[in-house]
Amino acid sequence: MLSFTELFGIALGAILVNNFIFAQFLGICPFMGVSKKIDTAMGMGMAVIFVMGVASAVCWPINHFILEKFNLVFMQTVTYILVIASLVQFVEMFLQKAMPSLYEALGVYLPLITTNCAVLGVVLQNTQNSYGFIESLVYGVTGGVGFLLAIVLFASVRERLEFAECPKAFEGFPIALVTAGLLALAFLGFSGLKVF
Amino acid sequence: MNTVIAAVVVLGVLGAIFGLILAYASKAFAVEKDPREEAISACLPGANCGGCGYPGCSGYAAAVVAGKAATNCCAAGGDAVAAQIAEIMGVKAEASAKMIAQVQCTGGCRGHEQYEYVGIHDCAAAARLPGGGPAGCSFGCLGFGTCEAVCPFDAIHVVDGVAKVDEEKCKACKKCVDACPRHIILLAPYKTKRHVAITCSSKDKGADVRKVCDNGCIGCGLCAKACPKEAITVDKNLAVIDYDKCVGCGLCAQKCPRKLITVDGKVPEVKPAAPKAAPAAAKPEAAE
Repeated sequence: MLSFTELFGIALGAILVNNFIFAQFLGICPFMGVSKKIDTAMGMGMAVIFVMGVASAVCWPINHFILEKFNLVFMQTVTYILVIASLVQFVEMFLQKAMPSLYEALGVYLPLITTNCAVLGVVLQNTQNSYGFIESLVYGVTGGVGFLLAIVLFASVRERLEFAECPKAFEGFPIALVTAGLLALAFLGFSGLKVF
Repeated sequence: MNTVIAAVVVLGVLGAIFGLILAYASKAFAVEKDPREEAISACLPGANCGGCGYPGCSGYAAAVVAGKAATNCCAAGGDAVAAQIAEIMGVKAEASAKMIAQVQCTGGCRGHEQYEYVGIHDCAAAARLPGGGPAGCSFGCLGFGTCEAVCPFDAIHVVDGVAKVDEEKCKACKKCVDACPRHIILLAPYKTKRHVAITCSSKDKGADVRKVCDNGCIGCGLCAKACPKEAITVDKNLAVIDYDKCVGCGLCAQKCPRKLITVDGKVPEVKPAAPKAAPAAAKPEAAE
């Protein structure tokens, strides 16, 4: 049965040890793209938490009740892409109508996430680790929290980087990549962390 | 073979279901958008300068359609765009007064620096230093070009250490006004003929201004006296012009002993009747 410790272990793993950005290098595109300002980074992070959570919750029953039943587990990746793409579209339409304030807050980041491989990554890993529904949900949401942590940390470093003097060849994107690498190294320090 | 068929069928059905759901959702959750909004967006400049006070051009278009904004708020587009928007909205265009950003500093404090500054080439950074930056005058332009960097229209440039506005290019989007850490840029109604400007912000007393600036306003009030329309008042040691009254005669600029009142961007030649040796403040010209 699920224990709190187990879920806490999953959460800790998703946020720190197996951080989607710094340990698994998934979702690097939005990570580099929208990390120039802390504000926008927050927006993106929130949207990712939201979509990852919803995607985990929806993909689990599809995998469990449809794919496994018809022995189509090998079609997982294709199915998940389909599910995530239509899900994000649907959620966008729904939010625009039902919760305009949330829609405005998430803004352009919501459709951007459709192509975020971290979202596909989280649902694929849910099945690989044979997580149940609750575990999938926890892994999805905390994976998003890990993304938020990573992108906000990175954005705050980048904001200061603007004023740092660095060699001409490194200005802008190159130095940002170097920074991301250093942050990933720092996150390596969490590897091996266990709850049990 | 069965597996292949099953895969095709299952995915096909899934795809069809999602497609139907989306098709239904797009109808059920459709948010009605006024077609006028798109039409207005199309005729706006699209620079997203924010000068109208709304987040971007589409934000302004939405506000116009919602009746929250006037049709002439787009400073960048000017009267032409205002007329187009008015036509779309079916109301009469109100001509918008052209505004320009005006730098209230002559740069006369160059050469009176408190110390040498070699840090980041940015006014906001320099202004955080003790004494509010290297400039001797606490109301003076720092000249590091933060305004130049934020201007989306390439209309403001630092020339000889002080920011200068290109009146033709300036669209009054207010970006520089907000960016200036010294708050010495303001928006002024632009008179295409004989625009008079008092280019100083210093509220220091006359004697203090003389110490740190070659031509800062000392609040002498000669301009106010010279103005036939009473368009100039001296408040807190600084002459201020009321553009509603100014007629652009330029008499104030003639009288100003500190030569900081400009007409069409230039300090006019002083005519024979030489001003007294007494200190004078900036003198604006009265206009209508």
